Amino acid sequence: MLPETYINEVEKRLRRTGRPREMVIDVMLEVQQFYGWFSDEALEQTARLLNMNPLEIEELATFYNYIYRQPVGKYVIHVCDSVICWMTDGYGSFVEHMQEKLGIRMGQTTDDGMFTLLPVCCLGYCDLAPALMINQTVYGRLTLEKFDQIIEDLRREK
Amino acid sequence: MHPRVLLKNRKSGRIATIDEYRQSGGYQALENAFVKNDPPPGDIREILLEARLLGRGGAGFPIGKKMATVPDNAPHPRYLVCNADEMEPGTFKDRVLIHADPHQLIEGIVLAARAIEAEIAVIFIRREYENAARILEREIQVAREAGLAGKNILGSGRDCELIVHRSAGRYICGEGTALINALEGKRANPKRPPPYPTTSGLWQQPTEVQNVETLCCVPHVISKGAPWFRSLALTESGAGTKVFSVSGRVNHPGCFELPMGIRLSELIEEHAGGMIPGSRLKACMPGGASTRIMPGSMCHVRLDYDDMEQNGYRLGTGAIMVFDHKTCLVQVAANLMTFFVRESCGWCTPCREGLPYILDLLNRIEAGQGRAEYIEMIRKMCGHMKYSYCAFAPGAVAPVQGLIEDFYAEVTAHIENQGCPFKDGQSDKNYAGSHY
Repeated sequence: MLPETYINEVEKRLRRTGRPREMVIDVMLEVQQFYGWFSDEALEQTARLLNMNPLEIEELATFYNYIYRQPVGKYVIHVCDSVICWMTDGYGSFVEHMQEKLGIRMGQTTDDGMFTLLPVCCLGYCDLAPALMINQTVYGRLTLEKFDQIIEDLRREK
Repeated sequence: MHPRVLLKNRKSGRIATIDEYRQSGGYQALENAFVKNDPPPGDIREILLEARLLGRGGAGFPIGKKMATVPDNAPHPRYLVCNADEMEPGTFKDRVLIHADPHQLIEGIVLAARAIEAEIAVIFIRREYENAARILEREIQVAREAGLAGKNILGSGRDCELIVHRSAGRYICGEGTALINALEGKRANPKRPPPYPTTSGLWQQPTEVQNVETLCCVPHVISKGAPWFRSLALTESGAGTKVFSVSGRVNHPGCFELPMGIRLSELIEEHAGGMIPGSRLKACMPGGASTRIMPGSMCHVRLDYDDMEQNGYRLGTGAIMVFDHKTCLVQVAANLMTFFVRESCGWCTPCREGLPYILDLLNRIEAGQGRAEYIEMIRKMCGHMKYSYCAFAPGAVAPVQGLIEDFYAEVTAHIENQGCPFKDGQSDKNYAGSHY
């Protein structure tokens, strides 16, 4: 269940705007933040808050890259696979290394629920290729060592 | 040294503050327009038209002409939408512009809104640019406190509210009509005009959608005039400067602001540091992922909307992706097509069905299972994309069309050898110039 304080706060914001539906993406992202992913319950809660049909929410949830309709780890690693990152030297072995380091394949989540690996389209950091984004932080000019360091740091932070 | 206009306040590691922007002449045009009504809205549109400021988001449509399609008696509120949903592979200029000088964009938005008498401006920004979104929110507040945005701008009695809207990530949202659907909380499928957004856009109100870079040009055009703006270009037909994002096999990838009409060779050699050691220029995408692949032998072309078009190419967003002699262009085309297949909204049939079909044929050719007739099948399927709803599908096939026309021999080599000739660095033959 969403916390009462959050529901009240969103309802207040929705009342302020003349057209609640313009806030649907904001609310979906916030609700997802609370649940960790956009579960069926998250979907129904969002529909109720916005007075929308659950199918209308599903239509949006399945459309956007950053709404997760399946469980994801605490850190979602979005690895750019568009042309500029892809053509950097050693890209193939870099992707292989990431999967080995985490012990998962693309699209999977580590057993401890810490990391999910997902391919993503161009992040807009082609000058810093190869790049990836973890939650909302972008890392560029990656090397195998740099990637390992990022993972170690995140593991320590928990 | 070429003059810099949009990136002249660019600092390393931080934004230009409002004071720095003002010291460089910023907010002067806004002050005159709001306090002295000089120039009035109609004249702003006229100056922009005269300046030949073309939309920098890819289509190259004149901003003044688009503004003129908002009818004088159109209802209020009117909306100005700043499109910061920059998601085309190879393109990152809007991110750099926002990080360099956010007030330049804010002034551009408020002035453009003034030109069509819009009272609400929305900045639609991609999720990956969270830092840029935060910068904008913070600096909009700074501008508001200085009376330069929000209610009753500089005591003129006129308003321009600025709202930052974050997307949840999908390339098609950058298409004007899809963007409007996204803002309304609907699935972001494009709508086929008419009506055009300038008469019936966001919430069925008049809505002008403009790219970040285009809007950044507006204050400079208004304060220094149309003749000055046109004189910045190196070509007779061009106008202004262009922020080029250069990436790929060059020594110094990055954003470079140069006069419109600069030669591609000068951009690569002198500004992007030339090709990386051991690499020779084979081809590039001159205007982002949805433009035709250009053989390296064309690098003398002038990067200008007209010149490029006369040569059969498009300047698009000005994102230059550089490929070297070891890069397999069939793989490049397949990678780009994977992007377009994934990002297609799936609404209309040519795009939803045709693009995966082309990708499948490209993958077969790359894997050594290609047949000679596949080339004709690809060509035919590419031709069908003009029946789609929006510009996404025709853009998606542009690189493939360039591949099978200008690099025909490279494609047939894959088919004849039953495999990729570039695998494991076996061949570095330059197939460019082998016209069909």
